Amino acid sequence: MSLSPLQLCLLFSSALFCVGLVGALSRSNTILVLLGVELMLNAANLNFIAFWRFSPSPSPATGVMFVIFSIAVAAAEAAVGLALVIAIYRHQKNIRLQEANRLKG
Amino acid sequence: MSLPVQYVWLIPLLPLLAAGIGAVTPRGGVKIASAAAIGAMVLGFFLSCGALATALAHPAAHATANFAWFDLGAGTLRLGWVLDPIAAFMLVMVTFVGALIFIFSTGYMHEDERAKQFFCFLSLFASAMLGVVIANSLLLLFICWELVGLASYLLIGFWFHKPEAAAAAKKAFITTRIGDLGLLLGMLWLYDSTGSLLFYDGGHGVLEPTAVANLNAQLVFGGLALSTVIGLLIFCGAVGKSGQFPLHVWLPDAMEGPTPVSALIHAATMVAAGVFLMARVYPLLTPDALKVIAFTGAITALMGALIAVAQNDIKRILAFSTVSQLGYMMLAIGVGSWVAAIFHLLTHAFFKALLFLGAGSVIHAAHHEQDIRSLGGLRGPMKVTFATFAIGMMALAGVPFLFSGFWSKEAILHAAHGWEVSHLPFYMGLTAVVLTAFYMTRLMAETFFGKARTHASEHAHESPASMTIPLVILAVCAVALSLLAWPSPWLQHILDPKAHAEGGGAGLMVLSIVLVAIGIGSGWAIYGRTTREKATSADPLAARVPGVIAFLGARMKFDELYAATVFQLNAALATAADLLDRYVWDAAVRLLAQIGIFAGLVNRETDEDGLNGGFDATSESLRDTGKAYSRAQTGDAHGYLRTVAIGFVLLVLIVMLGGRR
Amino acid sequence: MNNLPLLSLIIFTPWIGAALLAFLRGASVSVTRTLALAFSLAPLALGLVAAAAFDPARTAPQFVENHLWISALNVHYRLGLDGLSLVLVLLTGIVTPAALLAAWRQEHCPRMFGALFLLLQGAALGVFLALDFFHWFVFWELSLVPAFFLIKLWGGASGRGDAPATRAAYQFVIYTIGGSAFMLVGFAALFVATGTLDFHQLAQHGADGALAAKLGASGVRWVFLGVLLGLAVKVPLWPFHTWLPPAYAEAPTSGSMFLTGVMSKMGVYGFLRILWPIFPAQLHAAAPCLIWLAVAGVVLGAYAALRQTDLKRLVAYSSINHLSYCLLALFAVAYATGRNGLHGEAATAALSGAILQMFNHGLSAAALFYCVGVLESRAGGKRGIGDFGGVRTAAPLFAGLCGISLFSSLGLPGLNGFVGEFLIFRGVFGLHGAAATVACLGLLATAIFLLTFWQKVFHGPLGPNVGGALRPDSSSATDPSGHQAPPTPNGFADLNAIELAPLLPLVVLMFVLGVYPQLLAGLINPLVTSWAGHLVLP
Repeated sequence: MSLSPLQLCLLFSSALFCVGLVGALSRSNTILVLLGVELMLNAANLNFIAFWRFSPSPSPATGVMFVIFSIAVAAAEAAVGLALVIAIYRHQKNIRLQEANRLKG
Repeated sequence: MSLPVQYVWLIPLLPLLAAGIGAVTPRGGVKIASAAAIGAMVLGFFLSCGALATALAHPAAHATANFAWFDLGAGTLRLGWVLDPIAAFMLVMVTFVGALIFIFSTGYMHEDERAKQFFCFLSLFASAMLGVVIANSLLLLFICWELVGLASYLLIGFWFHKPEAAAAAKKAFITTRIGDLGLLLGMLWLYDSTGSLLFYDGGHGVLEPTAVANLNAQLVFGGLALSTVIGLLIFCGAVGKSGQFPLHVWLPDAMEGPTPVSALIHAATMVAAGVFLMARVYPLLTPDALKVIAFTGAITALMGALIAVAQNDIKRILAFSTVSQLGYMMLAIGVGSWVAAIFHLLTHAFFKALLFLGAGSVIHAAHHEQDIRSLGGLRGPMKVTFATFAIGMMALAGVPFLFSGFWSKEAILHAAHGWEVSHLPFYMGLTAVVLTAFYMTRLMAETFFGKARTHASEHAHESPASMTIPLVILAVCAVALSLLAWPSPWLQHILDPKAHAEGGGAGLMVLSIVLVAIGIGSGWAIYGRTTREKATSADPLAARVPGVIAFLGARMKFDELYAATVFQLNAALATAADLLDRYVWDAAVRLLAQIGIFAGLVNRETDEDGLNGGFDATSESLRDTGKAYSRAQTGDAHGYLRTVAIGFVLLVLIVMLGGRR
Repeated sequence: MNNLPLLSLIIFTPWIGAALLAFLRGASVSVTRTLALAFSLAPLALGLVAAAAFDPARTAPQFVENHLWISALNVHYRLGLDGLSLVLVLLTGIVTPAALLAAWRQEHCPRMFGALFLLLQGAALGVFLALDFFHWFVFWELSLVPAFFLIKLWGGASGRGDAPATRAAYQFVIYTIGGSAFMLVGFAALFVATGTLDFHQLAQHGADGALAAKLGASGVRWVFLGVLLGLAVKVPLWPFHTWLPPAYAEAPTSGSMFLTGVMSKMGVYGFLRILWPIFPAQLHAAAPCLIWLAVAGVVLGAYAALRQTDLKRLVAYSSINHLSYCLLALFAVAYATGRNGLHGEAATAALSGAILQMFNHGLSAAALFYCVGVLESRAGGKRGIGDFGGVRTAAPLFAGLCGISLFSSLGLPGLNGFVGEFLIFRGVFGLHGAAATVACLGLLATAIFLLTFWQKVFHGPLGPNVGGALRPDSSSATDPSGHQAPPTPNGFADLNAIELAPLLPLVVLMFVLGVYPQLLAGLINPLVTSWAGHLVLP
């Protein structure tokens, strides 16, 4: 059974997603969790590019546009996330995610 | 010298100014106040003589000076002064007697530290009375009339720290005010039906023929002429002021004031005002009204004389003699001889002032002992007082020929005898003549004869000259005033030129001389021949008829009667008004308030249970749901992520498996 | 007059003063008092200016200010001054400073006290000058607010407010608002029917019968009853008077002075300005009944006063008695309107008397309340009729001035009270003789209770709060001579200069107006004559 380039790309991005997910779920350091989230985001970006490249009519640069937007949003998100991390650090002198639960219901 | 009517207002103004000066002088300024008061009265006396000269020049004319008081409707409310012989004679009498009483007061009151106030009030009193005399408007007369009442209130209650004096003052004011309400109503009715209150106004005045004929023609309830009703209402005022039955009760109590005040009230001012008023409005009085006046006068004359027989206080005896004499004056007016009434008013003013001031002299000397049973033997130490008092007594008793009281009383009895309606008042008057002579003899015998019965009268001494000189002057006048009536009745001509002089009547004169002799003789027989031994020994008359004397001594129980009826009624009405407020109207308001509160309560209950309850239940359940969900929020970010991942996987599986279909 | 809005100045100067006082938090006590007094005197000065420029011969309102205010409701801001208003403006100008002077020693928050008083004064002046129901009613209701706080916070025996004072304040405000609510509804109905709230236009509608045509006979009757109720509570007309004795009794002295001197006049003013011109036919129909209510107020008010032991309540009842005279006069005129034999002269006399009586009662009742206040302050809050005695010995000056006020209230000729009462009786007698005759009883009862007051408080031996109880044997009650010098007391000081200041002007005015009533009669006579000349029913 041979795999088409699209399928290969999808397999790769799935693997990347899983790595991100596992990282986000298993790490207690908030920055590493953020990193995992970024990995998952990038897996999604890869999918955009792959579907655009192997689509029947890839002429307009729609896929690239999506990804550029997505990266910009991710950058903003990372900035907000890191700011939150710093705020959390100021409050509890560490950045362990398990301990950041003071707003629970 | 004559004073035109335009300036006649100066006469009451002078004492008013003196009163003002008295009011603003500091407490110690007795000299200033008394000098101002006496000066005003003396000056007033000279002005009055001028006014008398003016009036006598034209005796039939009523000279008037009317002026506007304030705007009312299209016109103005007008007041005015009048100068005619009756007013002029009154002016002279009031200023003369007033001046003497004022002079007497300087001696009588020199120990009192509020004496300057006393002179202030005296001046006010005199001023108000002079205003009554010259008023040409019933309204102005009423104003001055009420001021007379005020001044008498202040003076009777002059020693206000004595509760009896304060009560007597109030009693005098209230009792006279009852009469004044009648006067007020009469005045209102007169004003309403004639549109004027001026007595004389060039043909438009209420006492002038046009208005009187108009009033006589109108009939009101019971077929009475309107003028009868108005006349009787005005008479109510005179009844109150002049102490006529049944409103005489204040007069004896007014003895609580200082003695000069009693003299002023009883002689010159207050009680004279009532008689003067009736003489002034005489043209209004119809035969029907005159009947009432005559009988009231006769009853008062007899009643006053009867009560006086059984009194023991020297001032009270004189007070009831005043009641009795005023009854005579009213009787005279009632039988149609207002000239005789004014004549008696004038003579009475002099000899009653003399008697009161004499009594004041006695009281002053005897250290304020007023009970005649405790006096006695004052003939020796107080020669001047005794002599002058005796003259006054003989004038009052009507001792013939030499004394003015005889002539004026004779004129009244004569008029009463000639009254066609009834002879009953005449006989009542004759009875009172005997009684008057009797009680005055008793007074003389008990006070001046016999021996001194108490410490106070033993040490009595003659009063100072400021007190005896007025007595002497008044005594001379009490005799000299006979000249007004004798030998020719010229007073009659001047006051009332239209009336024909009644001649003859020698028989009547003899009768009254006999009656006076009986009165004096019996009085001397009972009290004079054997004088009282001790202050406490029984009264010879009371020993014979104890019940009658006790009844008379208690002033025929009039005070008790009024206390049981009028006062009770008044108190009951007051209580009713108060209870009505407290328990009926206030209760109604409270009931309304309670209804309001109850409505509020109902409203609150329905709100809380019905409306609010439903909303509350809904929001409660919402809150519970929220709580349940919030329990899922652990705060564990990994847990959340895990849930998201598992959810995503499940979602993918569902899509993939579902996609198979 | 040039374009200076004189009447607005009269109304709003006190309010400016009130605002100033409210913001001057740091000012010293004496500055606030002086400021309040100065601002309360301003309406008097302006009123005198108006009186000088006033032309009594013109009966229409003068110095009129007219601005459209709320166009959707056709509401105008209209002010105008005629003889009736002028008299009452002057009265307000006299009584308010006197009341503020009476509270000169009042220590409890004088700044707020002064501010509330100025608010009250402005509202009362507004009532007397407004010619449009809208802002008339605003002023009318606004006057209640400061009055409420004055009674509640400064009333009672302590002068700091207590339970009875609170109760009296609530009763006063709720009762009055309850009455005015009916009036408001009535005027709403009038507005719906006529589209105007202008007094003059409404009066024209009322006079030519247009009102009855638009609202229907029974509709007008209901509106009339509503307005009547609102005014009757305010005056008060018997039997709507039960709020008055506690309110007057519990209010601070100066509050009582203002309540009786000015606020009670607002009701009578309403009767003369609103009820009578707008509802002549209805008032005429109700008059036979209303006359006897007024007579009941005269007689029963006086008799109820006989039973009072609290001096303030006694004076309060005398106020009911005196105000009922004013209403009696008006009702008698309304009763006789359109009847055969109506005497224009009698109607003129009755109406003049009513207006004079309003002014005179304002003076004498304010003076009497002040005197009771002095007694109260000397006796440490006691004011029972039996708590005193012999005050005349202790304080002759005070006794003299209080006596003059009493006799003025009693209607003694020569003082102001007599003129008004005489004219009222003269008029009422000509219009409704029976009522005048019965009302005479009130004169008698008034004399009895005022003299009882005078006798028990000022005469006799020294009483418990006059220094007598300290030395009971020094009283010379049993001394028959009276020549012994009266005991010199040490407990009751005579008036000092500050205490004299409020009383003296009032007493002087009593004399002046008693002797020369033309001062007031000249201002109102043409107006009253024109009223009496237009007595017709639609």
